[in-house]
Amino acid sequence: MGVTIIPEIIRESLNNLVKNGERSDDRSFDDYRDIYLETGVISKAEGSARVKIGKTQIMVGAKPQIGEPFSDTPNVGVLMTNSELIPMASPDFEPGPPDERSVELARVTDRCMREAGVVDLEKLCIIEGKKVWMIFLDLHIIDYDGNLMDAAVLGSMAALMDAKIPEAKVEDDEVVIDPEKKVSLPIKEKALMCTFAKIGCELIVDPSLEEEQVMDARISIGMRADGSICAMQKGGMQPLNKDEILKAVERTGEITKKLMEHLPQNNQ
Amino acid sequence: MIFIEDKQMVIPGDVLADKEYQSGRGTFKEDDKICSSLVGLVAIRDKKISVIPLQSKYIPKRGDVVIGEITDIRFSMWNLDINSPYSGILPASDVFGKEKRDLNKAFNVGDVLFLRVVDVDEVKKVKLGLKGRGLGKFRDGILIYITPTKVPRLIGKKGSMINMIKDETKCEVVVGQNGVVWVKGDPSMERVAEKVINMIEEQAHTSGLTDRVRNMLFELLGKEIPEKEEKPEATEEATDEEEEEEENGENLIQ
Amino acid sequence: MITIITNKILGKNSTSSKRADGRASDELRPFKIEAGVLERADGSAYLELGGNKVIVAVYGPRELHIRRLMQPDRAVLRCRYNMAPFSVDDRKRPGPDRRSVEISKITSEALMPAVFLEKFPRSTIDVFIEVLEAEGGTRCAGITAASVALADAGVPMRDLVVACAAGKSEGEVVLDLSEVEDKDGEADVPVAIMPRTGEVTLLQSDGNLTPEEFGKALNLAIEGCMKLSEAQKEAIIKRYGD
Repeated sequence: MGVTIIPEIIRESLNNLVKNGERSDDRSFDDYRDIYLETGVISKAEGSARVKIGKTQIMVGAKPQIGEPFSDTPNVGVLMTNSELIPMASPDFEPGPPDERSVELARVTDRCMREAGVVDLEKLCIIEGKKVWMIFLDLHIIDYDGNLMDAAVLGSMAALMDAKIPEAKVEDDEVVIDPEKKVSLPIKEKALMCTFAKIGCELIVDPSLEEEQVMDARISIGMRADGSICAMQKGGMQPLNKDEILKAVERTGEITKKLMEHLPQNNQ
Repeated sequence: MIFIEDKQMVIPGDVLADKEYQSGRGTFKEDDKICSSLVGLVAIRDKKISVIPLQSKYIPKRGDVVIGEITDIRFSMWNLDINSPYSGILPASDVFGKEKRDLNKAFNVGDVLFLRVVDVDEVKKVKLGLKGRGLGKFRDGILIYITPTKVPRLIGKKGSMINMIKDETKCEVVVGQNGVVWVKGDPSMERVAEKVINMIEEQAHTSGLTDRVRNMLFELLGKEIPEKEEKPEATEEATDEEEEEEENGENLIQ
Repeated sequence: MITIITNKILGKNSTSSKRADGRASDELRPFKIEAGVLERADGSAYLELGGNKVIVAVYGPRELHIRRLMQPDRAVLRCRYNMAPFSVDDRKRPGPDRRSVEISKITSEALMPAVFLEKFPRSTIDVFIEVLEAEGGTRCAGITAASVALADAGVPMRDLVVACAAGKSEGEVVLDLSEVEDKDGEADVPVAIMPRTGEVTLLQSDGNLTPEEFGKALNLAIEGCMKLSEAQKEAIIKRYGD
């Protein structure tokens, strides 16, 4: 049935539920749907994760390559994030080059990981000014049922924590890689993202697909383990007011703490 | 000669019988054999073999009643999504007669209607109509989508299953043959009905469903499950019910 | 468990009749097939064969919005084969390359003879094949999984098309080349059949073979197909398991 045009009945029903403090799947406004996270799922990827929030599912791969650093940061490694909203994920997705939603998803995820300093990029420098490790983070969205951003960041965090890259040494000005010796990516921070959808006068966390289809606006907040904000992105066609934004930030603190429990607990 | 049993699950390509039998819906003839074209359950009636699909799209048929959503307003007609590979059109004349009026004075994009399939041509262009008892626009309520082939199971023998749901949840329920269901009542009751309908969809191909549905309803409503009276004919009744449902189901198989 | 074999070890085994990973010449790599693995798609399937991991989604029959592709008397079958950037050793840039375009075309052609397209005029049946991890033989894996996804979606078919490749490695005709065998091998012959009638819907050959070797490869591939065909059926029955 009309996935592009949401029936008025459903719009009204969701709005009425929210007015009564309810959601169609019995969740509270601060609850996430069931979260599933598994790492090391693709052996060809040096780091990988499979993440599900509700029915939304993303495969994340992290692969290293040796390349040149950016000229303004010659002693720092590079993180590149790409996202594909592949047509299998939704009847609304078309094959083709990444559209604006896909690009935004990749850039917001990238910003969140980068500004949080998740990967110690300085440790990825091999020969200053010439050779650094470039980490390619690829988000492959295979099932879309709302809230891609939180799933993407959770999956990316897990894939980066899972990643093991070969040791790179410098001998006679040449880079020598030892594929037998693998080291974990230098992870120095953890960060996750929390998305709220505005429906009526309420902000509800982890919008499902139909909630996204009726929402007026959205705010996604990237937060580090210590509670500091590393990224933020407002979406949607309607405005948000200042109070709403500040309240969302407040709620994110508690919510992120619970989300962090889904990450692999072992390392560091 | 027949190679399978009634109610056996088969897949596309399975050989069901030889030329002694007739090919029904969901099957095709190849040389002297009858084969299944679908994933589904075999239904044998006299010498006719059909396969009731476990999954399928709704293909509109003249006379069906369906629930559709308006997706476009064109010159003198509305375009509707009827949960099918084929969309339907509703001519403005069905609502306004010969008068020329603004179409969005009656229905707008996003409105949900209960309609009849008036005609389907050879290339599956669908004409819809609103003339008939109970047809028209829905207000409030929620929508639930199920696989069209499971509609007969949801309705039950002489409406027994759907009436049980209506009575217990005190909701209005309208079931479109295209797999769209409208439920309206107290919001918490709407959700109870939704859960039950989703359970019926998942388990439509199993037996003993009626009892499990009744138990689920009582559980969700916080009622006590009454003592089951000994009803030896209950099993036979279930078989009759399933048979009639399968006959209804045949109308939905392409 | 899949053993990763390097070129060194492959060379050392040239005198023994067993393959690098210990398989017999007519042995398939370990495999598994699951049906109904995605939520949004009308039908879906997941397949592992050796180190290959392939997921397929089917949408349709559904409305076709591109009028010039529409056929008045039947559905069109559109296949898109795509590899995830992280699916291979050296990261692949996202987006279709010429190889993917060719594989998409032959995959459509492999599946079309089995589908009752005439039942759905003016519509499209879309098949999306994503390779999550590649280890030699992804096109065959894609076709085999696609049939299961089509069946899962309720698309009426004459049969479940199934595909398997045979080839020549270390001078011997063998079934189901691994990635290493394919890279260093002398020939690769992917084949798809409709198992009930044995009709061939996909056939390619890459490399050098004598006519006898080709005949042997074709027969081996068909044998491999028949084994995979059983797994396809099991996957579907299990999905609706009682």
